[in-house]
Amino acid sequence: MSEEKNNLENIHNIEKIYNESAEHFDVNLGGKKIHPKKVSGRFRNYKNFAWVFWIGYILLPYLRWDGQQSILFDIPKRQFHLFSITVYPQDIWMLAFLLILLAMMLFGITAIAGRVFCGYFCFQTVWTDWFVQIESWIEGNPTQRRKLDDAPWSAKKIRKKSFKYLIWILISLLTGITFAAYFTDAYQLWVDIFTLQAHLYVWVTLLAFFVGTFLFAGFMRDQVCLWLCPYARIQSVMIDKDSILPTYDVKRGEPRSKAKKGVIDSEHGDCIDCKVCVAVCPMGVDIRNSALQEGCIMCGVCIDACDDIMDKVNRPRGLIRYNSEKEIEGIDLPPVYKRPRVIIYAGISLIAIMAIVMGLLNIPPLAVTVIHERQPMYVTMSDGSIRNSYTFKILNKTPEALNVKISVEGIDGIVMKGVGEFVILKPNKMIPFSVRLEAMPDKVVDKKVPVYFTITTVDSDIKISERYENFFAKP
Amino acid sequence: MAIKNSQNQVPDTGHEWDGIRELTNPPPRWWTIAFYLSAVWVIVYLIIYPSIPLVTDHTKGVIGWTAIGEYKEAVAANDAIRKPYLDKLETMSAQDIINDPEMLNFANSSTKALFGDYCAACHGSNGQGIAGMFPVLLDDDWLYGGTVSDITTTIASGRKGNMPAHTGTLDDTQINLLTDFVIAAAAGSATQEGWDAYQAAGCFACHGADAKGNKWMGSANLTDGIWRFGSDREAVMNVIKHGVNQDGVDGTVDGVMPAFGDRLSTNDIKLLTVKVWSLGGGQSE
Ligand code: SF4
Ligand code: SF4
Repeated sequence: MSEEKNNLENIHNIEKIYNESAEHFDVNLGGKKIHPKKVSGRFRNYKNFAWVFWIGYILLPYLRWDGQQSILFDIPKRQFHLFSITVYPQDIWMLAFLLILLAMMLFGITAIAGRVFCGYFCFQTVWTDWFVQIESWIEGNPTQRRKLDDAPWSAKKIRKKSFKYLIWILISLLTGITFAAYFTDAYQLWVDIFTLQAHLYVWVTLLAFFVGTFLFAGFMRDQVCLWLCPYARIQSVMIDKDSILPTYDVKRGEPRSKAKKGVIDSEHGDCIDCKVCVAVCPMGVDIRNSALQEGCIMCGVCIDACDDIMDKVNRPRGLIRYNSEKEIEGIDLPPVYKRPRVIIYAGISLIAIMAIVMGLLNIPPLAVTVIHERQPMYVTMSDGSIRNSYTFKILNKTPEALNVKISVEGIDGIVMKGVGEFVILKPNKMIPFSVRLEAMPDKVVDKKVPVYFTITTVDSDIKISERYENFFAKP
Repeated sequence: MAIKNSQNQVPDTGHEWDGIRELTNPPPRWWTIAFYLSAVWVIVYLIIYPSIPLVTDHTKGVIGWTAIGEYKEAVAANDAIRKPYLDKLETMSAQDIINDPEMLNFANSSTKALFGDYCAACHGSNGQGIAGMFPVLLDDDWLYGGTVSDITTTIASGRKGNMPAHTGTLDDTQINLLTDFVIAAAAGSATQEGWDAYQAAGCFACHGADAKGNKWMGSANLTDGIWRFGSDREAVMNVIKHGVNQDGVDGTVDGVMPAFGDRLSTNDIKLLTVKVWSLGGGQSE
């Protein structure tokens, strides 16, 4: 009795499914708009979790830290504030390691699970997700949306469309402003924008991001991933037989057939050809054609969708699942930590992380360059001594003025001229000054000998005492 | 594998090479739109900016943009940054500037061009001079003094050294003796005989009883190792024989610092004074 009831329900459900997704799909060559069906499920939840990160991205510039904007890339002043840390161009070598780290993480993740960055994390995916969600709130489910698209213009269509565009525009504007907020005072930026006082650069950035967001997330969507994205071009070389990709289990699914009355007979495979997996795909891909398709961003929503169908027809889940080529061939996948690629990427990432952490913890408070004047290398003074000139460039990276003492050693009786006893270094400022050393030629043992400048802070909480080597030349 | 739904149900031209078919499907719509937009942009650009070369001229564009205009804007922006400093310079004396590290830095860096235009040809780009011909500005041997006012006078009014030629008044022995004396004096090993010859020839009138020179006349200090017109024996003897800046004397040595008072503004002279002073020879008043 209960089984019959179950079957009846299934028949009902399945017909509904067939009704909703009875459309023909092929690779979108750019001529049409894809209206993916909504799904719920495991991977969809992961995706939702991933976009929460981007909310953080939008809010972060408004956070204050030590009385400063928490993250601020101050280009005119050439300072980058990251919470308590201020990075100057002199410390920018860390950026190289950061880029290495990001690249390695991307490579590593791609080696493990293919294009999942695209499917879960990429701003194109996330913003498109938001835009599609808004579209579905306003215009209804995909079938209704398609109908509305095809319908002639009417007051209702204009109202719905313009309401949708309005919200898209607001999100796009917010995206642009958010990006600009990382480069200038975030609160002041809003004031500047609303009083139309913002700098030309702000307007250009805003416009670029506004137009980009609106067009890419609103209209181009999957086309961006398929035709424009550079990462899409290179990732196939990072995937190997061990990488797990959303895969349709051909052995289990084929031959596919429409399930009649919700029952799957033994002559046919488990796929009931409901095309729900295609209908939900934001890229318009039919995953059943092959695992690794150029369009597939490996977002896993087709897995959620098919699992749902399998539940309805009382078959085990996983007709579509994350699966590596090896697993399909029946070979066991070695554990992640035993795969050479993963080990290498992880190793390089680790080195990069260590370099960045060490760099951040040891940012020197002063950036000092001492340049020996080359033309001329030396000058003879009237008392017979030899003079060498040096240009000092000291950047004080601390927020306070520093009183420093400069001393020199290396030659007997060497005298330093040109600087007073103390030099006051203004915070965040660099004023070059010239220093002259004089020594009697008989005390200089060679044509070129090393001299050492020591810069010491005086009366300050910040204790610095650094030695810098240079040379002294004589005729 | 019974896989259906071939994804390439697109018409082709019939050309196939190595499994790759040439399709006839149109490019994506967004691509077409972008293509036409680019074409529109070309036209817009042609109208806005100077673009089409004509026989003798070119189209001007509607917003009147020119490269030189952009350059002038950049110069104006730069001037705006410099203005507060320049205004301060106006009211400060050369000595005030020297006492203010920030202004000194500004003066020195903004005087690079001025120094390059008017001074570097003789004194070298860094003040290193040219041996035997033009003096070094980096040492502390200043024939006419190294204080701020001395330097200002030198730049504004110029200098012209004057050392008489001694070929007519002294004989070869005396000249040889004096040459030896001058070279020895610089090394600190002059003999009594040398000093006597120095006295006898009347050199002390200009170079002083101790041979240390006199900045009011610009006469050289003979006891240091710095040689204005060359350090070898021949060069030294030449100066004694033919003098410096002697009209109508063959082989006389020229040493003229031109006056810049009429060519440069007071402000420029002030800036150059600061620059020269801070090159290393500067002395306090
Ligand atoms: S793979 Fe799953 S979702 Fe796709 S058509 Fe077959 S049964 Fe439906
Ligand atoms: S085929 Fe599946 S995993 Fe690939 S993009 Fe479409 S829904 Fe995502």
